[in-house]
Amino acid sequence: MKKVHLTVDGAAISVPGGASILQACRAAGKPQPTLCYLETLTPVNTCRVCLVQVTGSRTLVPSCSRIVEEGMEVATDSEPVRHTRKVVFEFLASSVDLSLVDAETREWMDFYDVDPTRYGPAAPAAPAGARDARQAGHHQVPQPGWAETVAQPAKIQDELFVRDYGKCILCYKCVEACGPDAQNTFAIQVAGRGFDARISTEFDVDLTSSACVYCGNCIGVCPTGALIFRSEYELRNAGLWDEEAQTVTRTVCSYCGVGCNLELWVQDNRIVKVTSPMDHAVTAGHLCIKGRFGYQYVQELGGPATTPIDMVLAAGREGGFVEP
Amino acid sequence: MDLHFTSAFPSTPERVAVDRLLGGPPSGWTGGARAAADYHVALGGHHHAVGVRHRLLPALQAVQSAIGWVSPGALNYVAERLSVPPADVYAVASFYALLATEQQSLRMAHVCEDVSCRTRGSLRLLESLAGRDDVVPSPCLGQCDRSPAVLVQRAGEYDASLWNATAEDVAEVLEGATPIDPEPGHYGVPQSELGSDRLRLLRRVGTIDPYSLDEYRATGGYAALTKALTMGPEELIEEVKRAGIRGRGGAAFPVGAKWEAVVGQGPDRMLVCNADEAEPGTFKDRGVMEGDPFSLVEAMTIAGYAIGAGRGFLYIRGEYPRAARHVASALRTATESGLLGDNVLGSGFSFDIEIRMGGGAYICGEETALFNSIEGFRGEPRQKPPYPAEAGLFGLPTAINNVETLINLPLIVLEGGAAYASRGTAASTGIKLFCLSGDVARPGVYEVDFGTTLRQLIDLAGGPLEEIAAILLGGVSGSFVGPDLLDLPLTFEDTHAVGVSLGTAVVMPFGVSTDFDDLALRIAAFFRDESCGQCVPCRVGTVRQEEALHRLIGGVPLNGASSDLGLLAEIDEAMRMGSICGLGHTAGNAIRSAIALGLIGGRP
Ligand SMILES: Cc1cc2nc3c(=O)[nH]c(=O)nc-3n(C[C@H](O)[C@H](O)[C@H](O)COP(=O)(O)O)c2cc1C
Ligand code: SF4
Ligand code: SF4
Ligand code: SF4
Ligand code: FES
Ligand code: FES
Repeated sequence: MKKVHLTVDGAAISVPGGASILQACRAAGKPQPTLCYLETLTPVNTCRVCLVQVTGSRTLVPSCSRIVEEGMEVATDSEPVRHTRKVVFEFLASSVDLSLVDAETREWMDFYDVDPTRYGPAAPAAPAGARDARQAGHHQVPQPGWAETVAQPAKIQDELFVRDYGKCILCYKCVEACGPDAQNTFAIQVAGRGFDARISTEFDVDLTSSACVYCGNCIGVCPTGALIFRSEYELRNAGLWDEEAQTVTRTVCSYCGVGCNLELWVQDNRIVKVTSPMDHAVTAGHLCIKGRFGYQYVQELGGPATTPIDMVLAAGREGGFVEP
Repeated sequence: MDLHFTSAFPSTPERVAVDRLLGGPPSGWTGGARAAADYHVALGGHHHAVGVRHRLLPALQAVQSAIGWVSPGALNYVAERLSVPPADVYAVASFYALLATEQQSLRMAHVCEDVSCRTRGSLRLLESLAGRDDVVPSPCLGQCDRSPAVLVQRAGEYDASLWNATAEDVAEVLEGATPIDPEPGHYGVPQSELGSDRLRLLRRVGTIDPYSLDEYRATGGYAALTKALTMGPEELIEEVKRAGIRGRGGAAFPVGAKWEAVVGQGPDRMLVCNADEAEPGTFKDRGVMEGDPFSLVEAMTIAGYAIGAGRGFLYIRGEYPRAARHVASALRTATESGLLGDNVLGSGFSFDIEIRMGGGAYICGEETALFNSIEGFRGEPRQKPPYPAEAGLFGLPTAINNVETLINLPLIVLEGGAAYASRGTAASTGIKLFCLSGDVARPGVYEVDFGTTLRQLIDLAGGPLEEIAAILLGGVSGSFVGPDLLDLPLTFEDTHAVGVSLGTAVVMPFGVSTDFDDLALRIAAFFRDESCGQCVPCRVGTVRQEEALHRLIGGVPLNGASSDLGLLAEIDEAMRMGSICGLGHTAGNAIRSAIALGLIGGRP
């Protein structure tokens, strides 16, 4: 591919044609914050934390989706970039629970001096189902003095995973992973409009009644922990989630001949979640229900009517390993 | 596609409504009864699904207008018929304000609460209708010249527009046994009623029967198409460039340059006419479509010929039932008369126009959101580039133009580009329609040359009703300007020079007794309601803007480090620089200008 020449913050760099500005920035040794971007998904450029300034453009440009052009002048740290990134992070942090975003994002938020309290105290959480029932165009009058948020009770509808949409930044990644970029199941989409937009099944039916096949690929791409293994959710709630104490073992799924790689996250001798390496040629991070959730048989602990998670919790509470 | 459905089944009326639009289901694979053959062949598939997706919004509208909402059973049936996943259908249905995903009354009154109507009685109207669950407040209905405006959605009947509405009118339409006449006479414009014989764009509006092709032809109609077909596309585009005409939809892009960009692309091209007209205060395109629908059909045909398109789409906002009926009738008549369809006027050029109705979403006026809406997706704007000229509707090179832009074409063809350009100014050639409402004596659409001043225009509309405090120029995505600018010539360049924009040519003067706090809050609420929700700066920014404005106006600022005024400026800046589309870019304009003029906030 023909090389394209551009500058990033004044430094000349050439990258293959068709590359994004983000790739050019990375090649120039200047990583940018991203939330809605993932190598394995089609860019949707909705989160706007990766915005950069391109000379000649009236507004800022999403580096994740914009393709480089010959002679482009890109600025990643100009005043408008700094201001907009800061405010965009603040918009997110003041409306969404970002407690589970990765360390890198947290560093960026510190870098931009993000202060979500500038917009007022967070409004009380919406009751279960209230946000899902909102109709397009019907105005939600602001509650005086409060900053509106997407806080709401988590949707816990099965043993496998939890949808905690109070943590959802609406990055569209799960929709893409469930849809044409990976799973082609189309169980979830963005419904509603504006601030009332949310990830939803048709009429917000439970996931168990929807088209969902429990591949967990949406969990794999979610950047905020809104989609989370039930086991991780419970352990976190109980204050027992302990990444220091976890090991991650890479192995090959034993169910079929495709050869998906698994990463088994183990704490207290229990598998607490399963992921797949993003850079693996077969899976690109995606799995099916068997590889993702079908791990009980390797740790059948035998206790009647208790799930392994219950036992991990019990183990934690008692400070030791429970004999089945 | 292997779709999964909930157990909700469609009722007979729901099936009938969808089948009337789509035809009966061809097989058990798409919602029909299962025949033995269906077990042996798989019909449909990916290509079928991709090919019919664009019928999604019309199918949902058919259900909505038949039974008054989109029920789970109906949604499943639409999904099955079109091979669209139910979650996707719900995603689309829940995007539009005129589609309900919960059961509601069979007749629903949408009472305009927007900037013009709320200063002219609609708030009182809403108050007197309070407590009714079949009355909802609505954003601007494009009838600001006849405030208070109401749209009544009626399952199984025509939707009806009411104007200068009273509580009794609304109650009667909601409860009345007899369907109201969908065609109450009269669609004149003030200038023709005053006897002006100098009108060109508006000369037929209110003076001919909009259903009559004969009357249209008798007043010079179709002379331009006949001439255009002899000129050839290149010469036609040259003439348009010579005319110097710029788009009237808000962005003021030169038409000739846009068309050339499209013609430079592949051979399969598309024409789209943008009749979404949802910018509060704007109603000019409605007037033309209601009063002179053939002129738009002729103009679209000329444009299609110029850019070499075989097909055109006309996207009319859902709140314009009458405009849609008039244009639909004109399309039928033109096709029957050989003026549209195969081999137009024996020229060898073939062109079809399809009408699509909006679903109640301001954002669908943004060109790329409009494409997504037609294609059956959520009306979310696309990041540009690529621009419509490269990849527009269905990914094809597309010329998209506003109604008013297009209806200038017959004039340009008949008198020549140079003659057209001799009006107005060098950078703003020709004539312009303005929408006057608010505190003026004779609200309505006015046709003037570019360069007419604000004062002249307001005087043309009978003058202000009281001393003017400020004028909302360009719509709610435009700005308030003070009376010191009354002598501002209305051109693209003069408005630009003082940091404002003509926008959609809204001129809405407000008198000194106006409650600007209330107007500003309404504008903030509008943007919050109409944001598509896709990008963070606009989705959250419009909420934070409204909250800060409430604090500012309510006199309860945050204790935080920065004042709400400063915060508003920061929010505005982030929305303008960081949003995907023009809605977010302009969502802070009117509020910023109101603050700068001292109309709101910071007063004792
Ligand atoms: C939020 C938003 C709403 C818009 N609504 C309309 C509209 O209702 N009608 C219209 O013609 N253009 C509208 N536009 C402008 C269109 O995107 C586009 O520029 C226009 O249709 C091009 O036609 P023109 O060149 O003839 O003006 C809107 C733009 C934005 C950002
Ligand atoms: S688990 Fe798989 S099928 Fe279910 S919603 Fe997530 S991505 Fe879609
Ligand atoms: S649930 Fe997660 S992946 Fe899905 S949109 Fe929300 S934040 Fe993104
Ligand atoms: S600016 Fe607003 S309307 Fe436009 S894409 Fe972003 S969220 Fe949607
Ligand atoms: S990462 Fe580029 S817009 Fe989200
Ligand atoms: S119709 Fe009410 S403000 Fe336009």
